[in-house]
Amino acid sequence: MKKLRIKFAKYGAMKFIGHLDMMRFFQKAVRRAGINIAYSGGFSPHQIMSFASPLGVGLTSKGEYLDISINTEEPDIEEIFAKLSEQMVEGIEIIAVSELSENAANAMASVAAAGYTVIFNEKKLSLGSENIDWVGQFKSFLQSKTIIYTKCTKKVTREIYLRPLIYEAVVNAENKGIYLLIDASSANSIKPQFVIEAFFDYIGQHLPDFSLDICREEVYANAGTAEDVCFVPLGS
Amino acid sequence: MRKLALRDEILLRVDKPARYIGNEVNSITKNKAEIAIRHAMCFPDVYEIGMSHLGIQILYGMLNSYEDTWCERVYSPWVDLDKILREENIPLFALESQDPIRDFDFLGFTLQYEMCYTNVLQVLELSGITFKASGRGEDEPIVIGGGPCTYNPEPMADFFDLFYIGEGEARYREVLDCYKENKASGGSRVDFLLKAARIPGIYVPRFYETDYHPDGTIKSMTPMAADIPEKIRKEIVTDFRAAFYPFKPVVPFIKITQDRVVLEIQRGCIRGCRFCQAGQLYRPVRERDVEQLKIYAAEMLKNTGHEEISLSSLSSSDYSHLPELIDFLIDECQEQRTNISLPSLRIDASSLDIMKKVQDVKKSSLTFAPEAGSQRLRDVINKGLTEEAILNGARLAFAGGHSRVKLYFMLGLPSETEEDIAAIGELANKIAAEYYETVPKAKRNGKVQIGVSTSFFIPKAFTAFQWAPQATRDEFLDKAYLARKGISAQLNQKSIKYSWHETDISVLECVMARGDRRLSASIMAAYKNGALFDAWSEHYHYHTWLTSFTETNIDLDFYTTRKREDDEIFPWDFIDCGVSKEYLLREWKKAQAETTTPHCRVSCQGCGAAQYKAGVCL
Repeated sequence: MKKLRIKFAKYGAMKFIGHLDMMRFFQKAVRRAGINIAYSGGFSPHQIMSFASPLGVGLTSKGEYLDISINTEEPDIEEIFAKLSEQMVEGIEIIAVSELSENAANAMASVAAAGYTVIFNEKKLSLGSENIDWVGQFKSFLQSKTIIYTKCTKKVTREIYLRPLIYEAVVNAENKGIYLLIDASSANSIKPQFVIEAFFDYIGQHLPDFSLDICREEVYANAGTAEDVCFVPLGS
Repeated sequence: MRKLALRDEILLRVDKPARYIGNEVNSITKNKAEIAIRHAMCFPDVYEIGMSHLGIQILYGMLNSYEDTWCERVYSPWVDLDKILREENIPLFALESQDPIRDFDFLGFTLQYEMCYTNVLQVLELSGITFKASGRGEDEPIVIGGGPCTYNPEPMADFFDLFYIGEGEARYREVLDCYKENKASGGSRVDFLLKAARIPGIYVPRFYETDYHPDGTIKSMTPMAADIPEKIRKEIVTDFRAAFYPFKPVVPFIKITQDRVVLEIQRGCIRGCRFCQAGQLYRPVRERDVEQLKIYAAEMLKNTGHEEISLSSLSSSDYSHLPELIDFLIDECQEQRTNISLPSLRIDASSLDIMKKVQDVKKSSLTFAPEAGSQRLRDVINKGLTEEAILNGARLAFAGGHSRVKLYFMLGLPSETEEDIAAIGELANKIAAEYYETVPKAKRNGKVQIGVSTSFFIPKAFTAFQWAPQATRDEFLDKAYLARKGISAQLNQKSIKYSWHETDISVLECVMARGDRRLSASIMAAYKNGALFDAWSEHYHYHTWLTSFTETNIDLDFYTTRKREDDEIFPWDFIDCGVSKEYLLREWKKAQAETTTPHCRVSCQGCGAAQYKAGVCL
């Protein structure tokens, strides 16, 4: 049995397909491609396939990952890449297939951080015209000691201390976008929207619904230590 | 990249945006510039239901196999999007191109159940198409209807340019050719309809006029144009070996009702259950070639990647090559971990054997459809199933490890008495007792679970019971109460769970099933009064319909509980479904005499289907 890691991009109309349906899509695609995927044992066998990190509906991505196990000792990576690519639809593109070492941690456990580009949708938001120095504002926002985001779900309201979970934030005034490298580990994962909402709170503005176009650029593992992080793309 | 008809914001606001974006695996996109005919095919219900329908997949594949035609799909937008489309004036669009339906040449609807009629009007309105066919302009799509409900198309007559009576594979190409020729020669919409009305199987309602007797029954139905038939005979596939089959069905992103490969093994049914409309409409039974089915199954699994394959037919057990096909599927599927599901099996030794091979006994529940509790009533409806056969099947099943059984019955069948209803509980009790006798205590896994479910009988066109009055709403409630009481009185009542269908929907379905064209006005009124998604109980409002019938001067009892004379002209009598009215009347008389009729393979009853020289009739 061999483990493979597949990297793919998701864009266009496919951003409306949720995580569970993406899993179903790949399960069927693997079958159509005739890839000799391994199945779990037990009562209802299922494909051994795991996704690195679910992507929310409405987001695009240039760096999604999933791992599969196959019953082939010497897999032809190029052939698998070609066969799988053939089974994609517009908006899903296989970027790379690579073989993992036997003792490699699975995709989901490896995830430490993710990079996003957040673009403000001009039709909804006109930051430039409101005479707000939002580039400067964002810088001072990042210098705050604590950034608290209040997450409300149906059942609970929870306060998240965002600042330590933001590893990098680069403001690009030109296209009114922000690059965010934030925590995506299973323990502390946050969404880029949290940061933007907290920023809007900070400048005393209301963030209108559906005003952000978000693209996940890459998902990273931590090759360093907890104290001294060193993020490397999951695919490397 | 394709541009979607809906803005991101709208797609993020509605439930399951994947319903509206198209782009599924095996969906077909063509170059508009190279296309002569643009056809939209609609199942007027929500995406997950419509996408589960095999008929649409067949027609979609077939129409797209024509180089000059591009067939796209459209479904009823769910109520959330419906509201947004109206508020923002966004025209309804087809999934593949995302282009407005209004720009298409054809809009086809499959009418699978009566309760989708208001959804047809929704799709028309959201597309910006004139409701009444006779008022449509030259540039509006030709609205065409097909499917089982079109065997009595009259309630929907106002809204359709034409109905296709029969199976789509047979004559669709001729309709398209007729359209192309008419367009090329500069003919008008009416010119096309006149020509189409001469194609076998095509019914153009506007060219027929109905006269009524003073009592409201039909006096005559007359063709009003030259050279169009008085009777429209259904068109069917007589040789499946040459017919189209959808090798590459569309694979949806979201989970749909029928999330698997569907393999149609045969069309029609040899059994003549007197309440069953499908059993008459699809006569004669025609089996598909088993070698061909093996190829189809393997190809479809390969092309879809589905994890399950299901055999489809009205009565799978009657397919003569079933064991051979199953053995092939088991071999084919084992390696790929594909599940096989087998609906509509009669429970007996051989089918239990098959089920044991293909599915996990512990998980699956068994289904019996005795339809009536007593042998007397089962004879009346010609359900060729004896109590002995049911108990035998149950015993074998219990011995094989099954412990869950579902039983389906109908209430309100013609001639039903209180004893017949009481027999439902008695039968369920005997089955439960069979379990406790067959399975020793040590091997039992708790109680046996018997689910009894009753629906209310709806007399349908082209059945022996088309003459039968439907029970009233109050009678239905009394009957359900009696059935419950009968079950509660049983020794094993704790092992039996009873549930029943709603009465109101059954009444409306009955009106539509035997209605005439005067009902078009009522359906329009109901839609205007807010009726939509009537097949969904949470969206069905009986009072909306009652008000609408009153507004349009329709007396429900005339359609439901009225007793019909043997020689009454029915609204659907101008359609020839292959089975003669004389045969149906014979069956109606035999039902009253409690006499059964053997099935097609035992002896031919001269129903009329032999005229097609196909299938079992050969």
